[in-house]
Amino acid sequence: MSLPTSRAARTGQYLALLAYLVFLAFPFLWLLSTAFKPARELGSLHPTWIPEHPTLDNFRQAFDEQPLLQAAANSLIAAVSAALIAVVIATPMAYVMARHRGRLATAATGWVVVSQAFPFVLVIIPLFLVLKNLHLINTLWGLILVYVVWSLPFALWMLAGYVRAVPAELEEAAAVDGAGRVRTLVSVVAPLLAPGIVATGLFAFITAWNEFFFALVLLKTPEKQTLPVVLTHFLGAEGVADLGPLAAAAFLATLPSLVLFAFIQRRITGGMTAGAVRG
Amino acid sequence: MRRTLPRRAAAAVTVLALLLTGCSATDDGRDADGTIRLRFQSLAWQKESVDANKQLVKEWNAAHPDVQVDYVQGSWDNVHDQLLTSFEGGEAPDIIHDASDDLADFAYGGYLADLRPLLPERLKADIPERSWRTTTFDGGIHGVPFLQEPRVLIANSRILRASGVRIPTPERPWSWAEFRKVSKELTGRGRYGVAWPLKEPVSVTLNLGLSGGGQLFHRDPDGKVELRFEEGDAVVTGTIRDQVNSDRSAARTALGMGGSDALPGFFGGRYAMLPLGFAYRQQVVEQAPEGFEWTVLPAPAGSGGLAQGVSPQTLSVAEDSPHKKEAVAFIDFLLRPENMVRLARGDWMLPTGTTALAHPSLRTAEHGWATGTALAQHLRPAPAQTVRGYPEWKDKVATPALQEFYSGAITTDELRKRLVDDGNRVLARYQR
Repeated sequence: MSLPTSRAARTGQYLALLAYLVFLAFPFLWLLSTAFKPARELGSLHPTWIPEHPTLDNFRQAFDEQPLLQAAANSLIAAVSAALIAVVIATPMAYVMARHRGRLATAATGWVVVSQAFPFVLVIIPLFLVLKNLHLINTLWGLILVYVVWSLPFALWMLAGYVRAVPAELEEAAAVDGAGRVRTLVSVVAPLLAPGIVATGLFAFITAWNEFFFALVLLKTPEKQTLPVVLTHFLGAEGVADLGPLAAAAFLATLPSLVLFAFIQRRITGGMTAGAVRG
Repeated sequence: MRRTLPRRAAAAVTVLALLLTGCSATDDGRDADGTIRLRFQSLAWQKESVDANKQLVKEWNAAHPDVQVDYVQGSWDNVHDQLLTSFEGGEAPDIIHDASDDLADFAYGGYLADLRPLLPERLKADIPERSWRTTTFDGGIHGVPFLQEPRVLIANSRILRASGVRIPTPERPWSWAEFRKVSKELTGRGRYGVAWPLKEPVSVTLNLGLSGGGQLFHRDPDGKVELRFEEGDAVVTGTIRDQVNSDRSAARTALGMGGSDALPGFFGGRYAMLPLGFAYRQQVVEQAPEGFEWTVLPAPAGSGGLAQGVSPQTLSVAEDSPHKKEAVAFIDFLLRPENMVRLARGDWMLPTGTTALAHPSLRTAEHGWATGTALAQHLRPAPAQTVRGYPEWKDKVATPALQEFYSGAITTDELRKRLVDDGNRVLARYQR
């Protein structure tokens, strides 16, 4: 391949990447723009990217009308707890699934994949009855339990892939050096799995942070409700919306995910590089 | 060691079974001191409406220390699934806010109390019989209809004035033919006479269809429902299709829009009129540019006069509630005429109660209240709301068929065939 062709290809790649980034960023930027627009600009036939008369009224109204901080705290507790518990449970299970190949592991993997196909409405009533009998309706613990169970199959599947990527020879070498089973897992396998664990935890966090239906059904009182449920309080029948405050609240709701990604993304990348060097 | 595993598993299963069966204590909805505690799930969402509801709950609680009501904020999004789960799990709120077209499944399923023996005479007499019919299922009344909204034409006053067309009133509305003619006259360079936001075309078509003499759903003496597409059913559907495809007086792009999506075009002068629900006036007031002049006109009339179908908002009591009498007493308080007016103003809708409807604040010309109030006597139960199988017919048959018809992709014969033949097959499954 000649140099100019290669340069053209690279330019094309960058352009495609740029287009993709713009595509990804558009909804967020539009949300941001809408959140700062006064009501009159929201109804404009020629909407602008930059609000002509930016205002904080939508944020004020959103906070006045709904308990957003309380809801954000509830969401944070539910999502962080669910992510931590899911990772703690999934890590040893994924190790077993990946290292001990057999009928049981194959069946478990199959079940994990199948279980992802169950629609929410199919499981919600039996789940509701179980949680009711455990006195976990209208509690964050009940919701966390559901989120853990719901994210566990995919977390397992995801982590098992990371475990398989860790060369078994490393564990054998550790054993030869005299390390016991637990020491091998903690000192050798776990550090190499760190990026996978973080990515899995992030997945569980985002799933729980964005989840709406279980939270709607399981949480009854306003002080327990999570952000996605509270956001729907800005919506009326037949799709009518209080657009300004809704955009302001939705913008705030996206912030924790963004911050978390920004913080963790470097660690994932760093962990991967470290793993590659060691491998 | 291996033999202990089955034993442990059995013990764990036993404990879980005990937890699942043994922990369900009965709850009669009373506090330790004997105070009755009721849960009221409201779907109010606009600030004025939420404030009015909360204030009324506060007033009730202050006056009734022995019966306390907890306000629970519900959401229109997924309310059906949420309530269904709560009913199945025995955790439904005592007092339930919903829309009458969502009640049929719950009423037939035995989840909602029959309010006939509990309703006070005052409330029963104040709400017209035609409104009670929206919540009567299998002979029982399963909700109190309290707010409703007609569909009206929200129009750009300046364009109307400049065109010189006759301005319709509830006493002298436009006929559908006249409406079509006026729409053509209002159409000009870069402007359509009307935009029909028909993202959800079925309820608009059915409800406005009554004015053209259409009904589509016909109940036989034996109670079975049959779909028939008759001459009257073609009036509204034909007008919309002709406006979009022949006259070009209705914006084609608006067919896929929701009501809110069409507002910017209306404010920008691209559409002269928008057929919208009465409550959309609130959005117009909030979002219209400074100096924008608008008015509320009655929807066109046909052989059925100004009749149109509505599915009022309702208040029901859960069959499982241990305190139905108190729950109905709270509903009666909430729907006293002066309170009904507060709720109606908060939601920009019309009250069903005759006394509330007569309130001067709902008869003012400002923001078109008087036009809406004048339409109240013409509102009828939405044609299909007590028909079992209607939601499936709507989603699988009617929505795609009407969308294709309005865009000009299929003929009237094909529309008739799909709505009726395919539709009756769907309904048959629910009427065996």
